[in-house]
Amino acid sequence: MDKILIAVLTVGGIGLVAAVLLTVAAHFMSVKSDEKEKKLRECLPGANCGACGYTGCDGYAKALASGKESATNLCVPGADSVSRRVSDVLGVPFMDVIEQVAFVHCHGDCFHNKDKEVYEGINTCSAANMLFGGRGACTQGCLGYGDCAAVCPVGAICIKNGIAHVDTRRCIGCGKCAKVCPNRLISMFADVRKVVVTCSNREKGAIVRKKCSNGCIGCMKCEKGCPADAVHVINHCAKIDYEKCISCGKCASECPVGCIEFADFSGAHRTDEE
Amino acid sequence: MLKQLVVIMMASVLVNNYVLSRFLGICPFLGVSKKLNQAAGMGIAVIFVMLVATAATWPIYTYVLYPDYTYLETIVFILVIAALVQFVEIVLKRFIPSLHRSLGVYLPLITTNCAVLGVALNNISDGYGFAASMVSSLGCGLGFLLAMVLFAGVRGRMEGADVPKPFNGIPITLIAASIVSMSFYGFAGVVDNLFA
Repeated sequence: MDKILIAVLTVGGIGLVAAVLLTVAAHFMSVKSDEKEKKLRECLPGANCGACGYTGCDGYAKALASGKESATNLCVPGADSVSRRVSDVLGVPFMDVIEQVAFVHCHGDCFHNKDKEVYEGINTCSAANMLFGGRGACTQGCLGYGDCAAVCPVGAICIKNGIAHVDTRRCIGCGKCAKVCPNRLISMFADVRKVVVTCSNREKGAIVRKKCSNGCIGCMKCEKGCPADAVHVINHCAKIDYEKCISCGKCASECPVGCIEFADFSGAHRTDEE
Repeated sequence: MLKQLVVIMMASVLVNNYVLSRFLGICPFLGVSKKLNQAAGMGIAVIFVMLVATAATWPIYTYVLYPDYTYLETIVFILVIAALVQFVEIVLKRFIPSLHRSLGVYLPLITTNCAVLGVALNNISDGYGFAASMVSSLGCGLGFLLAMVLFAGVRGRMEGADVPKPFNGIPITLIAASIVSMSFYGFAGVVDNLFA
């Protein structure tokens, strides 16, 4: 009987000591967590994508709570709803988020871009790019091994016919794909835009033509046709200045190779709002 | 004396590696070994908790439980280790926030980790003194870190490999773990012969 009693007392005593120790520690060494920061953190989506420019949602919430950051519209994936809630918590006027979507500036798929080599290495764009710029003749286009699709948190990118396609209806605009593309083909643009250039090759027209039938040949027809002076051929490739672009789509209809596209690029957030 | 400590150290890192030879602590070994920095963080947290746990459980066993109530060791050790890890977490959060941020997510995971409990129990059953127990814990922790880091490297290589579809994911990870484990059997007998 004694033996059982002592055993129970021993375990119970150790448990009691531990409990007292923890209670005392929790009482005396508690860290006051900032209520505001906690609330702000709950508003943010928690994807930790870094689109806001901070290390993650925690970092952004901390900067907002401490007053170091006053812009409430930095969370692009969260869009207007997150900005509205963050503004409510801070008691500042609502700031509109410019929703973004990713776009791959290359349409040189396996029907247009000719092959120059057989690549049998590691199936990632970064690896393929190191070996003579990948399989295709155009070394400045989409490599098609899907590094961007691998990092996409919402599965908005798929590889079709050897190039990456962004499903703009699903894209949340975090910009992770733009960072990972070895050829820097993906850019983030405001999702109200209608016109995009679908080629990024900076070689001369004749050379491009031999490699890919969908490449920009730098003919400047778009430049001449643009009523707003927004399209310019820089380094033998058309570039649209979205500050000036009025989304009329004239350049798209002028382009002889069809590398300027006129379409609806409304992203996930805009589609939700409608 | 010193030679004995070195032997214990080497044996617990290489020969009796907790993960790869004794198959304890498999859960974090498979769960947190995807990225090298996470694996290293987990390993360092385990070393730390193993040392703290041994420093607390050895005196409790020797001065409280021994000789009549040794059968209580498992339940008492679990209790003590869990309370201790929670206490350490509170202290870290208060005084060294940066360390808490890097170790913080792993500490609750280790609270009831079988490798930590295994070290505490094995030190007792092997009849080690206090110094030998601490060295053994350090060795086991280092062995865990070594296994984690090695396996993180192996998994990094597997990401680029073209794995047949039925083996993709967990199956190939388990196969790789077994191969790494077999390679550690090569160390059996090395330590005894080194210091013979």
